[in-house]
Amino acid sequence: MLKEGQVRIPSGCAISGMFSKAGKCFNGEAIIKSIEIMHDRSNGLGGGFAAYGIYPEYKDYYAFHVFYDNTAVKKECEEFLHRHFDIVLDSEIPTRKIPQITDEPIIWRYFVTPLPAKLKNSHLDEKEYVVRCVFKVNTRFSGAYVFSSGKDMGVFKAVGYPEDVGRFYRLEEYNGYCFTAHGRYPTNTPGWWGGAHPFALLDYSVVHNGEISSYDANRRSIEMYGYKCTLQTDTEVIAYIVDYLNRKMGLSFQEIASVIAAPFWQTINKMPPDQKARAEYLRNIFGSFLVTGPFSILVGFEGGMMALNDRLKLRSMVCGEKDDMIYIASEESAIRIIEPELEKVWSPAGGVPVVVTLNGGNA
Amino acid sequence: MKRVYVNEKWCLGCHLCEYNCAFAQTGEPDMARALKDKTIHPNIRVEDGDDVHFAVNCRHCDEALCVKSCITGALSKTADGVVTIDQDKCVHCFTCVLTCPYGCILPTEDGAVTKCELCLKTTKGKPACVAGCPNNAIVFEER
Amino acid sequence: MGINYIVPEYRVVRDPDRCIGCRVCERQCANEVHSFVPQTGKMAADDAKCVNCHRCVSLCPTGALRIVKNEDTFKINANWSNKLMQEIYRQADSGGVLLSSMGNPEPYPIYFDKILLNASQVTNPSIDPLREPMETRTFLGAKTKKIQRDKDGKIIPNASPYLELKTPIMFSAMSYGSISYNAHESLARAATELGIYYNTGEGGLHDDFYQYGANTIVQVASGRFGVHADYLDTAAAIEIKMGQGAKPGIGGHLPGTKIVGDISRTRMIPEGSDAISPAPHHDIYSIEDLRQLVFSLKEATNYQKPVIVKIAAVHNVAAIASGIARSGADIIAIDGYRGGTGAAPTRIRDNVGIPIELALAAVDQRLRDEGIRDNVSIVVGGSCRCSTDVFKAIALGADACYIGTAALLALGCHLCRSCHAGKCNWGIATQRPDLVKRLNPDIGYKRLVNLVEAWTHEIKEMMGGMGINSIESLRGNRLMLRGVGLNEKELEILGIKHAGE
Repeated sequence: MLKEGQVRIPSGCAISGMFSKAGKCFNGEAIIKSIEIMHDRSNGLGGGFAAYGIYPEYKDYYAFHVFYDNTAVKKECEEFLHRHFDIVLDSEIPTRKIPQITDEPIIWRYFVTPLPAKLKNSHLDEKEYVVRCVFKVNTRFSGAYVFSSGKDMGVFKAVGYPEDVGRFYRLEEYNGYCFTAHGRYPTNTPGWWGGAHPFALLDYSVVHNGEISSYDANRRSIEMYGYKCTLQTDTEVIAYIVDYLNRKMGLSFQEIASVIAAPFWQTINKMPPDQKARAEYLRNIFGSFLVTGPFSILVGFEGGMMALNDRLKLRSMVCGEKDDMIYIASEESAIRIIEPELEKVWSPAGGVPVVVTLNGGNA
Repeated sequence: MKRVYVNEKWCLGCHLCEYNCAFAQTGEPDMARALKDKTIHPNIRVEDGDDVHFAVNCRHCDEALCVKSCITGALSKTADGVVTIDQDKCVHCFTCVLTCPYGCILPTEDGAVTKCELCLKTTKGKPACVAGCPNNAIVFEER
Repeated sequence: MGINYIVPEYRVVRDPDRCIGCRVCERQCANEVHSFVPQTGKMAADDAKCVNCHRCVSLCPTGALRIVKNEDTFKINANWSNKLMQEIYRQADSGGVLLSSMGNPEPYPIYFDKILLNASQVTNPSIDPLREPMETRTFLGAKTKKIQRDKDGKIIPNASPYLELKTPIMFSAMSYGSISYNAHESLARAATELGIYYNTGEGGLHDDFYQYGANTIVQVASGRFGVHADYLDTAAAIEIKMGQGAKPGIGGHLPGTKIVGDISRTRMIPEGSDAISPAPHHDIYSIEDLRQLVFSLKEATNYQKPVIVKIAAVHNVAAIASGIARSGADIIAIDGYRGGTGAAPTRIRDNVGIPIELALAAVDQRLRDEGIRDNVSIVVGGSCRCSTDVFKAIALGADACYIGTAALLALGCHLCRSCHAGKCNWGIATQRPDLVKRLNPDIGYKRLVNLVEAWTHEIKEMMGGMGINSIESLRGNRLMLRGVGLNEKELEILGIKHAGE
């Protein structure tokens, strides 16, 4: 299914995702298997997973996953967290020592809820308050990095091959209704734990394969709305755009897709007048969030997942369906390895999103 | 038929058409060599008023008086309606010169008359006055 | 005057072997440089009258003419150039202000020429515009982000009034009066065919051109010439002209001798009266006054049309633009110090203002820093000379570019910079009927269409090369630019990296 002949040329990244529409929970073994078969699409400089529905007992709390370079910055950062949040539980994230994963930082997890008085005084809504605190940690404390901040979900990532990263984080011990995975072949940033994917903010997580040509246009535009692109990765900027359009602008994921991978004018011109007016409106108003260049992305969010290709489909992406399960991956092999008997396999067209939700909920 | 028309509105009176016409008749590749120190006998001539300029050439009249008046049959109409001149048959009687209401037939130095034949016999393919007009004042079109 | 201090700047060289004495040069020179000498049967030239407009060279059918720089020189002096000395002679003679036309020709740095573009290699495929859609459609106006939905939850398209361009290029303001009727007709028809806009400048809109209203931007400048209800209603957008790159801080003056016939009627001033545009708008002495004019014009046109505020690129342009972005204006047009003019005091034109590249970079960044970049679109001009200038401007952050000089060049202008003399041999910057008719709009509009289409093709090629297939992904995409031979400060202001970084 690889159209660009990437099979023989190991470049680009690998993404994979699986989602139970019925909300059935399964553990992380399958997703590791899926991403592992695309080993050659990564180069050992980063891998990671996002898992949804994994913290049911703490589902009302924001789960912060944090990398610390040293105990000094951890102490400093925790003071900050204590000033802004009620921390109901904090612990080291359990890992398994394996030779493939080295130089790990201190990896800590906090379940938090904003301090009511602080939140009230900030005149912000709760999510915005959390976002600002996350940005503050990530920009103010050198050596501290919040890489996961959503509710009932978590990101697990590291420098290494993704399958090793999954085993390092003992992913088989987590049960969730949705997992996404990423194997990284970085070309434009050096490998760093924080720079591995998924990239997440609140419960939005993004895994991405590609190199977008609109990066600086997107970055400079989204930064106007209070986001800081500290990582300088495509994935980060896409995550912020999704957050902005969904959380702040209230666009649906279908609408977000028609901003990020907007239909061509030649397509819009053929639409019925009503639909055309709306499509034109989105392209006019949100033009600076159009993402060009090759990408395939999986966006995880609370209760759903969206897969999207760039409008020319310059990156491979395949979907498969069996019962209530949806599988989406860079290569069909990554789906077949975990579910050989698929009811349906298809390759979504460029710019056409695949949005799945729990029990057919809204997205 | 397609004829050469002049839009007075755009005619600048630059007289380039006269030189392009004369040049086309020579069949030479270089205008300087073709026309240097020569008196030209163009088949299109610009009439100049104070603020008015207008290039005039053969109208290729449907009822061409020149053809009717020609005593030797030197002037004739082609199937396409172009009035042509066979200078070998011309006996220099100049009846055509006198009858043409537009003054578009003139004698040459060797006596035979000359007139616009829409560059049918030149190497230019399309009328040279049209091709060389700097302001699209002269056009070659069906009206 | 017994002594002639002035040395002709150019010399007319005629090849005697090629001149056939057709006298087209003589007939076409409004400056009466060429003449036929019956005694010798040869052509002669008066070099002193030549402005080097190249009309004679272009029309000479045998290629017998050349205009060359006059080798005659005063004693070489690195401090006192020939030009400066002559200007002194001229002023000592006339006691007047030196006048010039078109843009600043002095050898200041041209930043566009020190910026290089990126292209895709390996990690990101380039896109072939001949095979894939390559989109240049551009919207100009405020991008107010307020999503409203109807009862079915569908988005209500509630965008502020905007301009829609098929390609991010527009013809900048040039008034009827400063340029000819035929030049205006060419611009209006070309804009209509191209799906872009032309700009009336401060000369009103001739009755004949109301039919092109949907592609017309009408200007309201300090003299308010030609402004009335129909004028505003007909237009697609209204531009308030606060300044012009060629003469920031200076008004305009069209002498009474040119205010005749249609020009007088179109400007709505009596024949023979001088048309003096004051240096400032006398109802705008500060930013809050500008806001009132913006809203007066919106009120007058029922909030249906975007309002553009045009300013010259001056030192504190970023702060001024920030004020304008909060004034209710939908579009800011910035005119660089290279921008053209029909007449400006030479000293002003050559010494006031700043380069558009720096102004644009500073304004775009400032508006982003303040989070108000989406309040307005940015249009820049003065001067965008080719498709790469337009391309680089957009990558620096512009939404679209105004082209004036380039458009006039397409119409035949040879930049002789003598517009103020009113004897334009190309029929552009003149009102003399015999000269005006030299520009046939049937030819002129087509040449403009060709130019803009050619640039658009080039823009698409360059976009495709970077793997970008829609112009909005280029806008403000400064990572696609690298400087060469620029110092740290210049790079910082431009917001770009040096080549190799």
